[in-house]
Amino acid sequence: MGDGITRPSDRILEVEDVSLAFGGVRALTDVGFAVAKGELFAIIGPNGAGKTSMLNCISGRYRPQKGTIRFQGSDVTHLSPNHRATIGIGRTFQNLALFGHMSVLDNIMVGRHHLLRSNVLSGALYWLGGAQKEELAHRREVEEIIDFLEIQHVRKATAGTLSYGLRKRVELARAIALKPELILLDEPMAGMNLEEKEDMARYIVDLNEEWGMTVVMIEHDMGVVMDISHRVMVLDFGRRIAEGLPAEVMAHPQVRRAYLGVADDEEVADEEVAEDGAEAGAGR
Amino acid sequence: MATAGFRPCGDFKSDYASDTRIFDTAASRWWCVGGVLLLCLLPVVSETVFDLKYELSLLIQIGYLGVAALGLNILVGFTGQISIGHAAFFGFGAFASPFLNNNFGIPVFFAIPLAGLMSTAVGMLFGIPAARLKGLYLAIATLAAQFILQDFFGRADWFSGGTHGAPAGPFTIFGFAFDSDASYFYVVLVYVVALYLAAANLMRTRDGRALVAVRDHYLSAEMMGINLTKYRTMSFGISSFYAGIGGALYGHYLGFVSVEGFTILFSIQFLGMIIIGGLGSIMGSLMGTAFMVLLPEVMDGLTGALAGTPVDIALGLKDNLAYLREVAIGVTIILFLVFEPDGLAHRWQQIKAYWKLYPFSY
Repeated sequence: MGDGITRPSDRILEVEDVSLAFGGVRALTDVGFAVAKGELFAIIGPNGAGKTSMLNCISGRYRPQKGTIRFQGSDVTHLSPNHRATIGIGRTFQNLALFGHMSVLDNIMVGRHHLLRSNVLSGALYWLGGAQKEELAHRREVEEIIDFLEIQHVRKATAGTLSYGLRKRVELARAIALKPELILLDEPMAGMNLEEKEDMARYIVDLNEEWGMTVVMIEHDMGVVMDISHRVMVLDFGRRIAEGLPAEVMAHPQVRRAYLGVADDEEVADEEVAEDGAEAGAGR
Repeated sequence: MATAGFRPCGDFKSDYASDTRIFDTAASRWWCVGGVLLLCLLPVVSETVFDLKYELSLLIQIGYLGVAALGLNILVGFTGQISIGHAAFFGFGAFASPFLNNNFGIPVFFAIPLAGLMSTAVGMLFGIPAARLKGLYLAIATLAAQFILQDFFGRADWFSGGTHGAPAGPFTIFGFAFDSDASYFYVVLVYVVALYLAAANLMRTRDGRALVAVRDHYLSAEMMGINLTKYRTMSFGISSFYAGIGGALYGHYLGFVSVEGFTILFSIQFLGMIIIGGLGSIMGSLMGTAFMVLLPEVMDGLTGALAGTPVDIALGLKDNLAYLREVAIGVTIILFLVFEPDGLAHRWQQIKAYWKLYPFSY
């Protein structure tokens, strides 16, 4: 694959020929890409291009009909979502998916689920079974995440009562609490104002550079994508039409066509795009 | 700062341990401990100063029903499942404990927790469909549990004594039998305190949070590494454990368990208790139970006072006065659903918040 990843051992995530269809709707067709460890990888594409479907395949929400997904060298295509979380895949959602009636703190503590060891019995006995000690130790780590994302002032607030931008941040905090190797962000900046976007971009870059997490991000804001991502993949109608450095991808004629449309005879052109996309995919 | 005052005017906690306590202030903790100690004095007062037998029996009733209601609240309020077969699990515990005691000679002291564990097993068995079913469909599945178990009680002579019912021996420790209301009160009190503390602890640790996560957003709970099947089934198990313990306490209190009591109506009453008390609130379960137990008493008093008065004569109620009681229960549930859907526990929080700021409004 011409993805610029030199050593195969560097690949934390490998997606090969993944196809996903809902009845007659082909959400993804033979999509393949690889993400290197420590990379900040962006998936872009017009609405309905299959970006979120791709993320759902990686996180286990959907099972692709064809193709394999490998994480850190092992095949995870058929693992359940909760199992994937335990091996180091975390994610956030496009439309907020916080636990609305829990406090922010509890929401983030849920992210520690697979790292905690207490069970029903030791939990109920709290002081005797070591559950308290464990809770407090993890609370300390969670507080570090809270510090990092600057949500100290709302840590006791009920998640459902927060503003949109804060909820997005809490969701990111919850995903970080999983201590994932790979974090999947589904439109982390959607619906935010400029200031919130700048903050979020900074958090994502810090996450990538300082915390060493590999990030796969879907984002519509091209400015952000161009600025912070290392490599970009473009999906259109469920096919991969381009992949490469941000500048390369932007200059790609098919990408321009996918985003801006074509002036003359749209239907014919669309078919051409699809065919070209298939060729491009096969050629790589 | 947790030691100071009734309610500090801000958040002055300086370590995580004090921030994760069940009672957020020392004052509220001591109120609770004091309340329990006062309750401990009640049987003594009843024996020596003036007779409180009836009040004690009501409190015992609130105790064992409250334990079972807490179980249902863990299932419905905290995990977001639904069950209309809770009385069947309560009944299973009520039969299982005397069954163990009568047939295997296991002392009641051990038979009660064992009955809880047996109910857990049965509850998890019936909870397996819960991993796949939601909402109304799950309700119907638990309805099946209600009828299957009820039928089982009626037919399984070896287990429940069939239509004859089962005698339940008294609770004894080292030969001392807790066979009067005054003494059995302590047994129930210990169970109530222990099981309510256990639930409060559970809810501030890993598995309790997982249950609430499953309720609030099961899709993202799964993405956070929570095994939905495991926690949904487990929730049924915990719920049935509490129901079983409640039932066993009930059985040994009455001294005799008959098959008639554990009907679907009883199951609905359990639901009423937790709705009135507050879904997803631990203390709410107890408040709701107390409300449901005491409401008929209050209504009895009212109807008794009404009898023969001009109101009674004018409305021509006469023999129908007793029905006012039933009507009142129904009306109360409707009023709660409309005006206080979050239950008594929420109302209590608001009262506390009001007094915290008194005399200012904010």
